[in-house]
Amino acid sequence: MIRLEPRKEISQHLLYLTPVMAVALTIALGMVMFVVLGKNPFAAIFIIFVEPMTDLFTISEMIVKATPLILIAIGLSFGFRAGVWNIGAEGQFTIGALAGGAIPALWPVEGFWVLPVMCLAGVAGGMAWAAIPAFLRTRFNANEILVTLMLTYVAVLLLSVLVHGPLKDPEGLNFPESRLFNESATMPILIEETRAHVGFLVALLAVVVAWVLLARHVIGYQIKVMGQSPKAASFGGFVESRVVWMCLMMSGGLAGLAGTFEAAGPVGQLVPALPVGYGFTAIIVAFLGRLTPVGILLAGFVMALTYIGGESAQIKMNLPSAVTGVFQGMFLFSLLGIDVLARFRIRLARRAPVAAGE
Amino acid sequence: MDLLILILQGVIVAATPLVFAAIGELVVEKSGVLNLGVEGMMILGAIAGFSVTLETGSYVVGIAAAAVAGAMAACLFGILTQMLLSNQVATGLALTIFGLGLAALWGQGYSGESIGSLAKIHIFVLSDIPLIGPLLFAHDPLVYLSVILVAAVSWFLAKTRPGLILRSVGENHDAAHAIGYSVVGVRMAALAFGGACAGLGGAYLSMVQTPLWVEGMSAGRGWIALAIVVFAAWRPGRALVGAYLFGGVTVIQLHVQGLGVDIDAQYLSMLPYLVTILVLVVISRDKTRANLNAPACLGKPFFASS
Amino acid sequence: MTDTPLLQLSGITKRFPGVIANDDVGFAIMPGEVHALLGENGAGKSTLVKMIYGVQRPDEGVMHFDGAPYAPGKPSEARAQGVGMVFQHFSLFDALTVADNVALGMNKEAVGNDLDKQIVEVSDAYGLTLDPTRYIGSLSVGERQRVEIVRCLLQKPRLLIMDEPTSVLTPQEVDVLFLTLKKLSSEGCSILYISHKLEEIRELCEAATVLRGGKVVATCDPREETAKSLAEMMIGTSLTFAERQEPDLGEERLVVTNLTAVSHDPFGVDIRDVSFSVRAGEILGIGGVAGNGQVELMEALIGEYVTAPESVRIDNEPVGALGPTERRQRGMCSVPEERLGHGAVPDMSLWENTILSARTRKGMENNGFLDLGIAQAFADEVVAKFNVKTAGIEHAANSLSGGNLQKFIVGREILQAPTVLVILQPTWGVDAAAAADIHRALQEMARGGAAILVISQDLDELMAISTNFSVIAEGRLSDPKPTGSQSIEQIGLLMGGVHNSAGREAST
Repeated sequence: MIRLEPRKEISQHLLYLTPVMAVALTIALGMVMFVVLGKNPFAAIFIIFVEPMTDLFTISEMIVKATPLILIAIGLSFGFRAGVWNIGAEGQFTIGALAGGAIPALWPVEGFWVLPVMCLAGVAGGMAWAAIPAFLRTRFNANEILVTLMLTYVAVLLLSVLVHGPLKDPEGLNFPESRLFNESATMPILIEETRAHVGFLVALLAVVVAWVLLARHVIGYQIKVMGQSPKAASFGGFVESRVVWMCLMMSGGLAGLAGTFEAAGPVGQLVPALPVGYGFTAIIVAFLGRLTPVGILLAGFVMALTYIGGESAQIKMNLPSAVTGVFQGMFLFSLLGIDVLARFRIRLARRAPVAAGE
Repeated sequence: MDLLILILQGVIVAATPLVFAAIGELVVEKSGVLNLGVEGMMILGAIAGFSVTLETGSYVVGIAAAAVAGAMAACLFGILTQMLLSNQVATGLALTIFGLGLAALWGQGYSGESIGSLAKIHIFVLSDIPLIGPLLFAHDPLVYLSVILVAAVSWFLAKTRPGLILRSVGENHDAAHAIGYSVVGVRMAALAFGGACAGLGGAYLSMVQTPLWVEGMSAGRGWIALAIVVFAAWRPGRALVGAYLFGGVTVIQLHVQGLGVDIDAQYLSMLPYLVTILVLVVISRDKTRANLNAPACLGKPFFASS
Repeated sequence: MTDTPLLQLSGITKRFPGVIANDDVGFAIMPGEVHALLGENGAGKSTLVKMIYGVQRPDEGVMHFDGAPYAPGKPSEARAQGVGMVFQHFSLFDALTVADNVALGMNKEAVGNDLDKQIVEVSDAYGLTLDPTRYIGSLSVGERQRVEIVRCLLQKPRLLIMDEPTSVLTPQEVDVLFLTLKKLSSEGCSILYISHKLEEIRELCEAATVLRGGKVVATCDPREETAKSLAEMMIGTSLTFAERQEPDLGEERLVVTNLTAVSHDPFGVDIRDVSFSVRAGEILGIGGVAGNGQVELMEALIGEYVTAPESVRIDNEPVGALGPTERRQRGMCSVPEERLGHGAVPDMSLWENTILSARTRKGMENNGFLDLGIAQAFADEVVAKFNVKTAGIEHAANSLSGGNLQKFIVGREILQAPTVLVILQPTWGVDAAAAADIHRALQEMARGGAAILVISQDLDELMAISTNFSVIAEGRLSDPKPTGSQSIEQIGLLMGGVHNSAGREAST
């Protein structure tokens, strides 16, 4: 009989090892899935996980994908640590893109100040959208999981409505899309001949700032305590509503910024299909990265790898596009399952020899 | 008048998947578990029901397959959260993401296919009564099953010993364990039931409401079902009311334009989601009332310390 | 009385990782006997009875019930054999009725159709009146214990195990309980009575088995022993109690006026119009049965609940509207009842836990940035000065034993040199040596001019160390009087307050 015993202390090295084990388990399960689909598992795994890292262009594409994932996940990780479950990052991403992208869509002016203003608008938009669940939770005790989720659907519909209407390209052919952003409203490219833009540097900055906050600042301390022991947080003088607002503002702002980067970078305009699920994938990135800044940086690239590799496998091996989503879900499952090893010791208990009359 | 009947029939069709999903999740939450993977289980039920019906030609087998698919997904969630003690919120999300992806993968070959809608039943005499007949007595069997299920769950929880045990597990799992009840066993059973119900709800979408397969066709209904459980304050009868309320809102928005109101359809599409938020706020405001009705151990991991 | 013991244990051993909870334990209980199981916290009493009740199984040894081999695999099997148990921490469900709770605690076969009627009959017969339709959440602690007992009685037990039953009762409720137990014993039901309260055991029990460190160290007849001899058997060394001094009292440091607070817990108790003061050098002890507002009082005093500004004053400054951090700035530190989860974060290291309450007074925070070096140095200081046994300050708080963690938390607060200290249940679940250390430290603080408020359920403790004494009941406070000037009878009545079913009013 297998029994679980809680470890007195969470095993530190297992804490770092488990994401690696989760990746390994997912790859193993993935291979099984490919066999079921009638494809060569080794070839598939190679195309998805190894090949993209061998070419500079695909690496740059990974950077393009990793940038929003890392930005959003960093923001989410604070909330998740504190027990504030922002599931609506996708919605905040969308509103941020809308707020930032509305400027070049409506007023195609030139100037070095355009992009920074767009970014500020994006952050503000994301924060405003996240303010709704923050307010509803602190004031009315409404569960933020459902509120943020519902708002995501609303946000996507809002983007669609506006792009079909006021933001539509007046010189376009009546397609539901905004005008293309001009030079001033486009993200500067980081690596020549690629789509990787300076947003990546901002993501790296976010990682550094998050690390400092968590390790050395009372904000990070509050968040950690609130998530682990709400009563101890109260004892320590930390106010729950303040932490809730902080976490939602941070994740909303970062998600909104990521949205603006996406609109002003790889996409270059506002279209209804702008939100592609980064807000949800970022949740997986946050957990896979164990809610730590450095972990998220690495996990962001692992996820980006599955996107690029998945696209490649689609084309080269005729695999369906849903494969990427399945992999990402499996990553999270594997991590959550393997996580038990870090927190518990597995014991094989022999049936106790109960003496019943000898 | 005919339009009204049509609208009301539409409400019933819109509400039924919500009834299934909500009543299943209600039982799960009564046992103390928060399963956010309802959306994932519904969509899996939808593709399972659709594809199996298409392949076998039998609706009954298809519906059974949908229930099984949902139950299996729920058991996966159960193993992770009850036996391996993983975080319930994260695992539920994982189930949704994975479920959506797996359903999309499974459904790859089925886009554009269609099956005939599940046949409506005809009750001798009753179905022919003008007005009331078509409205109440001429639906497909699943509609009636959903209502019967709600009644059965209500009776089970309030009047039977196993129902009492389930409630006790959700109320105080340490005490239930100390007395000798298997907390994990009860919860796994509740989860299997909840998964089967969500699967049935999904099957209704792909087999009755719009008998096609479309990727992502659950469109957030699983999340609305979760809101309905809160709205119902964990009481089965009120869950039925809540499902019909939301079903009503979804249908109204479709007809409002036809009634000459000039609002962009997409704004109206937002209505169900906004209403959900509103309802949530109203319900959650009264902290004491919410606390007294909510199973006290909802979402808390159970670890047998003895 | 026959010669066959009702229950016989021999060679019972149970091991857990790192500790032998029961080591070769053996004793016998005769039919109709009231048998005490005596021992300190951690001596192995709870583990032993869990095995008798089928919650756990022994690693070695045999048990016999009525001469036949007895090895229950789960509680329902123990119940079927006629063993009933009332746990120290009740297995009750707040949102369910008395009848539902009773039904859940009984085996399926034993529940009859007229359960409500049976409950009323049995509870009346034993003086434990209950209304089957009430919700557990609305019952007092003493009434909840009655539900637990009636639940056992309805299954016609031959052995009733009671685990520390009187720690939650007023003296009058204890009398009622003893009458019930004596009646049961005279009807042939044996009682296994676990307690560390020596006077009660001497009053109630005919036989006693003393456990220390998992082993049986003595078997005796408590009626022929003194409290001191029993205590020495339990602890093994002669005790040195902390001595109460007659202090020089100075200024009023903590003044509480008409403090009123509504509890956040739907089943909690509101604080009503509480007024008192604590002077420099004084230890004010507040006694009372658990669940009368102690937690709410503490949280209102330290700032977890915010109240009217003037209701709490520290050194004459109104702090009622301020939070815990601001009150710490003004000199008030505190130790809550729950160590893990309230006073400390279980999975955080000891030094990280110092940041929780000491960052203001120990200068660990600068513009929001934390000086980890200061935190670590402070943690080292606490560990050294308070003799905390730990593998290191980087280890998590939940790696410490209960007593050591309490010493750490108390030390963390005392070393911040507060002028006011509020402490709830200072030595609950702590071994005698650590408890004595904590008492000595508190008295030293008082001598140094601090004002100390000790809220505790342990009357012995309060009698030993407090200068003045008061009782909290139903959220109200009795007038503080010098310790020792009130009789146990008077104190008992104050503690009973309105809970007393005989309707006796609390006399002040």
